[in-house]
Amino acid sequence: MYDFDVTRPATIVEAVAALADEDAQALGGGQTLIPTLKQRLASPTVLVSLSKVSEMIGICTDDQGRLCIGGATTHSAVARDASYPALSAMASHIGDPAVRNRGTIGGSVANNDPAACYPAGVLGSGATVTTNKREIAADDFFLGLFETALEEGEIITEVKFPIPEAANYQKFIQPASRFALVGVFVAKFADGVRVAVTGASEEGVHRWSAAEEALTADFTPEAIAELTVPEDTLITDTHASSAYRAHLVKVMTGRAVKAAS
Amino acid sequence: MKVSLTINGAPVTAEVEGRTLLATLLREDLGLTGTHLGCDTSQCGACMVHVDGLAVKSCTMLAAEADGADVTTIEGIAAPDGTLSPVQAAFKDYHGLQCGFCTPGMVMAATALLKENPKPSETEVRDYLEGNICRCTGYHNIIKSIMAASGQDVAPVAAE
Repeated sequence: MYDFDVTRPATIVEAVAALADEDAQALGGGQTLIPTLKQRLASPTVLVSLSKVSEMIGICTDDQGRLCIGGATTHSAVARDASYPALSAMASHIGDPAVRNRGTIGGSVANNDPAACYPAGVLGSGATVTTNKREIAADDFFLGLFETALEEGEIITEVKFPIPEAANYQKFIQPASRFALVGVFVAKFADGVRVAVTGASEEGVHRWSAAEEALTADFTPEAIAELTVPEDTLITDTHASSAYRAHLVKVMTGRAVKAAS
Repeated sequence: MKVSLTINGAPVTAEVEGRTLLATLLREDLGLTGTHLGCDTSQCGACMVHVDGLAVKSCTMLAAEADGADVTTIEGIAAPDGTLSPVQAAFKDYHGLQCGFCTPGMVMAATALLKENPKPSETEVRDYLEGNICRCTGYHNIIKSIMAASGQDVAPVAAE
């Protein structure tokens, strides 16, 4: 690693001020960033640690019944929370126990790794990403591989999840990295079903709208039996072809629907 | 920068760089070489320690982030008079190690597991060890050791 300074602000205001330096970088749990720094793929001069920003740590329910998770809350804390079982189950299978004790929701969502679980949970739930500046709907937040609507120096302070009537996440792991080769988050709300897919696409997390329409009409695995997943933007790499990923998207969606119903 | 923390019950103050890893502080500055660095990519778990009671990989945490924390390493697991902890004793009794390189991490992981789940099932033990890699044992005797440390019968644990 190149050397850098580390600062540990206690408030969002102090963190945002520290991030005004153009070579500063926010540090969540560091489970992606520290390996990245070791490979010298990033060279910030200052790391602004968010681990002491107590107003960004914790889980509560707001007056609209949404589950509000502070941006610096760890995966293991979310895994232990009982308010949104499908989301907690998803969090409980990210990485391994030690990674979950450090990794945070804000870090994962801001990084938007195309094979990460949280982007699927956030997009599939139709959650709202709150930053120090504004609120961003999940549909407007994820812009592509490692790309989000976040601006320079903007940090995720909270993510608000409406709680669906039924939901489930199914992950088909890539056995070496344990990331999702394909992961599908399905959430059934009173006004419709959302299906978010991670791991599969060159464009990162995305919704599968044809499945959403079919499942809104009939929330059963059979409802998607005749659908075909378009392969044109799906990833082909050493782990799986785009055709295989397309197959997995459909299978994982069916399993998630079955598990949720 | 200066960091002050508690390690194995004793206060420690050290001068570190921003980029200093917790594993580096423990091993190179403090001589606590029981914490092993296997992969340095947060996969193998040999560097596992407890920070404020939670298992973390010390190769993927900055020493600066441990300022003010209560850290326990493998050196702090046995009693001060050298009496092995129940997990350590079970690893000895059930031959839970061969070359021993992964063992500090395995013991730290098992200790953390049994604190949050005192009577885990075999499946829960195997799931919890997802981030700890052993290349010698094939894991069976590690699982047996942890089941024994939790006071459970090891006879049903899968044999090779």
